[in-house]
Amino acid sequence: MEKVLTTHFANERYRRLDTYRQYGGYEALKKAFAMTPEAIIDEVKKANLRGRGGAGFPAGVKWGFLPKDLSRPRALVINADEGEPGTFKDRVIMTRGPHLLIEGIAISSFALRVHACWIYIRGEFVREAKILDEAVAEAYAAGLLGKNILGSGFDLDVTVHRGAGAYICGEETSLINSLEGKRGWPRLKPPFPASVGAFGMPTIVNNVETIADVPWIVTHGGDTFAALGVEKNGGTRLVGVSGPVNRPGVYELSAGANLKDVIYNVAGGMLDGKKLKAVIPGGSSTPVLRADEIDVTFDIESMARIGTMSGTSGVIVIPEGTCMVRALSVLMNFYAHESCGQCTPCREGTGWLKKLVGRIEEGKGRQGDVELILDLCDNMMGRTICALADAAVMPAQSFIWKFREEFDRHIAEQKCPYGNRF
Amino acid sequence: MPTLTINGMTLDVPQGMSILEAAKGVGVEIPHYCYHPKLSIAGNCRMCLVEIEKFPKLQTACSTVVNDGMVVRTDTEKVRKAVTGVLELMLIHHPIDCPICDQAGECGLQDNYMKFGLHRSRYALEDKVHKKKVQDIGGQIVLDAERCILCSRCVRFLDEVTGTRELEFFHRGDHSEISIFPGKPLDNNYTGNLADICPVGALTSKDFRFRCRVWLLKAFDSICTGCSKGCNVDAHFKGDILYRLKPRWNDAVNQAWMCDFGRLTYKEMNEARLLTPFVREEGARKVAAWGSLLPDVAFRLKAAADTGGADRVAVIASPQSSNEELYLLRRLATEHLGTKNLAFTHRVAGDGFSDDFLIQADKNPNSRGAQLLGIPDGAAFDALVSKISAGGIDALLVFGNVVGALSEEETAALLAKVPYVAQVGTNEGPVSKAATAVLPSASVAERAGTFTSHVGRVQRFRFGFPARGKAKDPVEILVSLGNRLGAGWSFAGEASVFRALAESEAPFAGMSYDSIGMFGQEVKR
Repeated sequence: MEKVLTTHFANERYRRLDTYRQYGGYEALKKAFAMTPEAIIDEVKKANLRGRGGAGFPAGVKWGFLPKDLSRPRALVINADEGEPGTFKDRVIMTRGPHLLIEGIAISSFALRVHACWIYIRGEFVREAKILDEAVAEAYAAGLLGKNILGSGFDLDVTVHRGAGAYICGEETSLINSLEGKRGWPRLKPPFPASVGAFGMPTIVNNVETIADVPWIVTHGGDTFAALGVEKNGGTRLVGVSGPVNRPGVYELSAGANLKDVIYNVAGGMLDGKKLKAVIPGGSSTPVLRADEIDVTFDIESMARIGTMSGTSGVIVIPEGTCMVRALSVLMNFYAHESCGQCTPCREGTGWLKKLVGRIEEGKGRQGDVELILDLCDNMMGRTICALADAAVMPAQSFIWKFREEFDRHIAEQKCPYGNRF
Repeated sequence: MPTLTINGMTLDVPQGMSILEAAKGVGVEIPHYCYHPKLSIAGNCRMCLVEIEKFPKLQTACSTVVNDGMVVRTDTEKVRKAVTGVLELMLIHHPIDCPICDQAGECGLQDNYMKFGLHRSRYALEDKVHKKKVQDIGGQIVLDAERCILCSRCVRFLDEVTGTRELEFFHRGDHSEISIFPGKPLDNNYTGNLADICPVGALTSKDFRFRCRVWLLKAFDSICTGCSKGCNVDAHFKGDILYRLKPRWNDAVNQAWMCDFGRLTYKEMNEARLLTPFVREEGARKVAAWGSLLPDVAFRLKAAADTGGADRVAVIASPQSSNEELYLLRRLATEHLGTKNLAFTHRVAGDGFSDDFLIQADKNPNSRGAQLLGIPDGAAFDALVSKISAGGIDALLVFGNVVGALSEEETAALLAKVPYVAQVGTNEGPVSKAATAVLPSASVAERAGTFTSHVGRVQRFRFGFPARGKAKDPVEILVSLGNRLGAGWSFAGEASVFRALAESEAPFAGMSYDSIGMFGQEVKR
């Protein structure tokens, strides 16, 4: 299958500008400058490029939300805050092919008539940020960023901004607040960033992978990109597989790949002949699937039909022998720790979930605790400004719905049947 | 105008109005904490969830602007469960210490948990997150972080109203709390408002803490006497003791706020009050009866005018007096004593501080009223003081507890030059220590009338409770003195005085207590 992003990722030098250009880098930018901004946006729309940050919103449609009025400056913000547990695909792009992102930024900015772009990179990505900084400096030195890029008359400044270590800052409006130097709290919408975003400017926030796909779309055309995937899900996706499989890692696959195939073929199957118990398909927030549910294509609509999400395509493989209560407890600790504290249901609810699940795992669960968790989930889901509460609730509900007997057994036996201890 | 249907009622709503505000207008109460009409919308408490047709999720009524044809329900089972759920989450870490909390009785959390019947907690007591209690964060405020529901009203107030930003959120998740930055306490003159806007008992007033349960208090509408801004206030009292002042909303004057100085002005209405009429004989105070003292004061003033001429009688008016009192006093002086020696000063000791929000340099509520009623300020006052110092006055009637910015010694020295000084005042002070006859006056809480603010806004202050001791309403004192000087006044109460004032004084022409109403009316320019 044709690769959009990762063809040269095995080459360590691909991160350098000269090597990137040897392989045809920045030719797409030249081509874009010969096109009109509208024509570029049309190609992205035709490409059926869905946002790769988790929600899967069509990128071309999102770009269309910018106001038509050009009197106010606009901004492009790249969400490189990859913080979803189980997700590590953007990191690969930034370390292996940073110029894919930078070229994508230049093309997208030209299409969106943006002259200021910020790459908001996760605070823990120290090495990645350094590589990105070097790549941005190379691009400036080569006249690929800055004033009058490639003689086109188009100006663009790109700033790499490191976050300070909060999961919530991957949510686009708290990312903007954080970028502005404020506390990373999601903003109440409306107004949406496309009307009032970074520093008050109309702003488009896109994921790293989404933007990195843009040069290929410009070179080969939107239709060609769309054809790599399935209906409504164009192109390829970087899928990160973690857990006890033979070849964990990031793979570029068609947007319509089969999940079972991903685990058993692409990732080489289960390690040491372990049996598969469950799969979290798209990063820790997405509802868990039982082993018998994974024979499904990985596109957004197919996953939604079985009640889960392809999310950030971080596939977490869970083998037999894993205590699902403990696994959920780990996740609940994470969300309780990362809740920003703004909305009541999430601030108090994530902490309560953590304590309830932790108590069951410790063998101190009480009759009715499982029902209490489900009722609490119901009181949190969809009740907050951003989706962090939902992100905590979805695993909690799905773990209980699909592995209820393990929770009941913990309570009945007043211990963890797997002997797990914190 | 967009049309909104809420719980089956259909109404037209101004463009841009939120569901919560529209609902309030038709008596549909939507519970809320973070929403405050004078602050930006935060939408984070999540209490005001409502069901809107065609919206898959419940929406916050505070932040959702009404669109034409919107159909909203606040009374469905789904809404009730959601709101109860949010309230439960707000309460899980709350100490529920209502019996020792000052907010009890006016607490949004308490009201709602009673209303929604959340008496039993599903949360394990040992799981409660504990935070710091009884933190003196500066200004008039004590912070109890455990009681805080993190609605952010205080943070927004300090950001949007004072611009001083002393409070901020710290930590995340259920360890979130509001606090000041280390070593940087509240540093503005409006801290008392934080206790008002805090919907729970997290921010309480140092001054009011543990002094009275709020349900024992009654309230009346008043005007702050701390400066010439004329902030509208609710005065809270029990018996004949005032306990606190709270800002009463008036968008034309103080919006929903008042300053920390004004907030404490109630204290002088409780402390060191003049309670009985007395005369000073050979330096000693001798209690007198109104029945004999009033005729005596009138006689002494008249006698001085008759003997030495009206020019040897003087009257010092007070900008703490109401328009009605000043009107009577001016007529008493000019028409019935026939003297031109009438003046006041807006200057008081320690005045002059002002800001660009509420606090005015003039620390009197009615200097403007005195000026508009033809009582001279400034040079005329200085001239009168010079005249008194030079021994040119034989009898002096002083309104107020102080003579301008004069110290106690200066006042004593000045008044010693006058053989007969009668005072009408509310509190012990430099004047009462030197006057020959002292007529105790009702405080602003114990009488009614109008003040004219620095911009010429005439506003009513209401009667709260009967005057302490034997103090009398100054209108009654003035009418009584006037009639003994031959005025033939038939005024009964301040309302009848205001009617006469409005008829004869051009700036007030056409005004009535009705037209002034709850929010005041500006004088004619």
